[in-house]
Amino acid sequence: MSGADRTKAVLLLCAVIAVLFVLQFLLPEYHHLSMTRIMVLAVFAMGYNVLFGYTGLLSLGHAMFFAAGLYAAGLTVYHLEWSVPLAFATGVAAGAVSSLVIGVVALRTTGVSFMIVTMMFAQVAYLATLYFTTYTRGDEGLVLPTAARSFDVFGVAVDLTNPVVRYNIALALLAATIAIIYKVVHSETGRALIAIRENEPRTQMLGYNTFAIKLKALVISGTLSAASGAAYVLLFAYVGSTFATIQYSIDALLYTLLGGAGTLLGPLAGALMMFYVIDIASEYTVAYLLIAGLVLIVLVLFFQKGVLGTIRERWIRWLP
Amino acid sequence: MKKTPKERKLQITRRSALAGIGAVAGAGAAASAAPGFVRYAQAASSEPIRLGMQLHRTGIGASYGRWYDRVTTAAAKLINEDGGINGRPLEIVIEDDGTDPKRGAEVVEKFATQHKVDATFGTLFSHVVIGSSPRAGELKMPYIVVSEGHHVASGRLNRYVLQPGITDVKSQVSSMAPWVASNLGKKVTMIYPDFAFGHDHRDYFSAAIAAQGGEVLELIPIPPTESSFTRYFPRIPSATDVLYHVMVGPGVLTFVKELGQHFGSNRPEIFGFIDSLEAVDLATPQLEFLEGTHFWEGNPRYAQANQSAHDKFYRESVGVDDNGASVNDAKDVSTYSHMFGCWETLFVIKQAMELSGYGDGSAADKQAFIEAMESLESFDEGRDHPQGAKIFNGKIHQAFGHQNISRVENGRLNVVHRTSIEDGMYEPEADYTQMSF
Repeated sequence: MSGADRTKAVLLLCAVIAVLFVLQFLLPEYHHLSMTRIMVLAVFAMGYNVLFGYTGLLSLGHAMFFAAGLYAAGLTVYHLEWSVPLAFATGVAAGAVSSLVIGVVALRTTGVSFMIVTMMFAQVAYLATLYFTTYTRGDEGLVLPTAARSFDVFGVAVDLTNPVVRYNIALALLAATIAIIYKVVHSETGRALIAIRENEPRTQMLGYNTFAIKLKALVISGTLSAASGAAYVLLFAYVGSTFATIQYSIDALLYTLLGGAGTLLGPLAGALMMFYVIDIASEYTVAYLLIAGLVLIVLVLFFQKGVLGTIRERWIRWLP
Repeated sequence: MKKTPKERKLQITRRSALAGIGAVAGAGAAASAAPGFVRYAQAASSEPIRLGMQLHRTGIGASYGRWYDRVTTAAAKLINEDGGINGRPLEIVIEDDGTDPKRGAEVVEKFATQHKVDATFGTLFSHVVIGSSPRAGELKMPYIVVSEGHHVASGRLNRYVLQPGITDVKSQVSSMAPWVASNLGKKVTMIYPDFAFGHDHRDYFSAAIAAQGGEVLELIPIPPTESSFTRYFPRIPSATDVLYHVMVGPGVLTFVKELGQHFGSNRPEIFGFIDSLEAVDLATPQLEFLEGTHFWEGNPRYAQANQSAHDKFYRESVGVDDNGASVNDAKDVSTYSHMFGCWETLFVIKQAMELSGYGDGSAADKQAFIEAMESLESFDEGRDHPQGAKIFNGKIHQAFGHQNISRVENGRLNVVHRTSIEDGMYEPEADYTQMSF
């Protein structure tokens, strides 16, 4: 990518963040609330995309990283009455540690085996949330007390029950995630990730320690997913084992595939599209998941690289 | 400054008065031609009262959702035939929550901000209720659930969440213990799913049977992913008088079949909760082993010899035959034990809205509606409460009622005991009325 293309890409990313900022003043209330949730889930999918889209490793266990952040942040607030910033940091740290530990084991495999191993680890994590019901209330879950969801930042009170505050925190998290991934992807590590995706043996032959690079990608991916989970529980006040089920791993995959794997904004576009396909279709039919499935089939037939991936391939080569 | 509706009404000009008289005359003429709407024309506002129904139309709760929908439609029809709520027609707006807490929270947001309903109701599964309740509280949207979970009465939720139409699991389980101890035995082994719902049964029944001088010999939790149960049965002590089971989930048919293979004809007394077998035909071949065993039922599925006129009317209104199945399809078995909760909840909503003089749906109206519901103390058995009388505790937002114990005889459930309301009452654990709006 040339310097001019990079400038265009950065300007586009800034424009997207600016548009999302302005949207909060224009959107009707329901869509304002929905957009908050979509941005948080997009961070999850963007984290997933680091591993799947850029490194070529298909995980079916990312719900465990999302849940690691969700539970670490939620339980410390609920049981230990930690402050929101500290709980969020704990959630992020939980994602980093769990992805590092699991990565060391799971990255000994590749391809389908990697997919199965990550899925099995995620199943263990899901069952752990049920097993420790005394603390987690398992499938029922826990509600964070309203009083625990406000905090001070340099003397300014931040109330997470306020929808405007929530929207802007979600936007800030999304912007930070975009910046981190952009930085990673355009670093030497990022180019090595893409090299591994395209041809791992050749990358090894060039002298790269592909295991270490893949582990780095998995830790970045898992940590971002955990940040999304931590933000989700603190913003929406509910922690439950549903979020650790395989459905949420598949959701991250679908958002990424739909929007465009290996594109920076693809997961955001995918999360947005999937949310509204289900939201609108479920008003008309119980077979809304069938409609979501048909959308995916159409995508596979006509936009094999996802919406933004196809746009980049056919029309806008500099699309980040 | 934005004018309130009342201020607008006060500013009457000559032209608006003439237009109003003409409109009223026209509406009156139209109303006289449409008898069903005559009563609405007399109300202060003819705008419908809109209730958002958070329905388990898909997902694991779909079999319950199908019947919750039918009961709600029948009750709403009856309320409208009687003149609606405060003279205003009742409109039910349905959104599918997929029996998922995340989608449930989104649906509550949609009801509050897009559909702009007056209240939401109808949720059954506990995780959806708990996942949705923070959003209901923050959006100041009354959220009237039909869940039977103890989460409402425990005080863990918020001022906007109430459960006036169905009893909670703590009450149900506790009220079973005296009869079980007196009639089936005092040495109990419990088999239950190893998640929160099962743990509630474990904790509440263990305490209740101990209070009756009984004891739990063995606790056998079953992991939620289990599909075969044979390896757990050798853990049942031979001294067991009563095997207590609650196995919510699709594995129930296998569970019963394998239980029969394990015990043969020499079994202990067996007592279970009907939850697993709601919407399941008891004539299913794998369930033959249940003959002679006992079940808790919230509302008896089979029409009993002493069936009340109210139950008969309720069955006919919903379209359920004497065996608890759809009148249109004998294989379409209802969730009879629970679904009455939607019927009774709608009538409580109507009662509380009329008591509070519910107006245009302002925040003050919603708060007055909640306070009015909290002030209710009891509901008499009757057309509006066909399952039976209830006592409502406004402090914990929870109703208490009669429970039934039925015996499987010739493939149908016959009620052998009906508890008093007091059997299921317990000391309040919270006071929502002290919580701010």
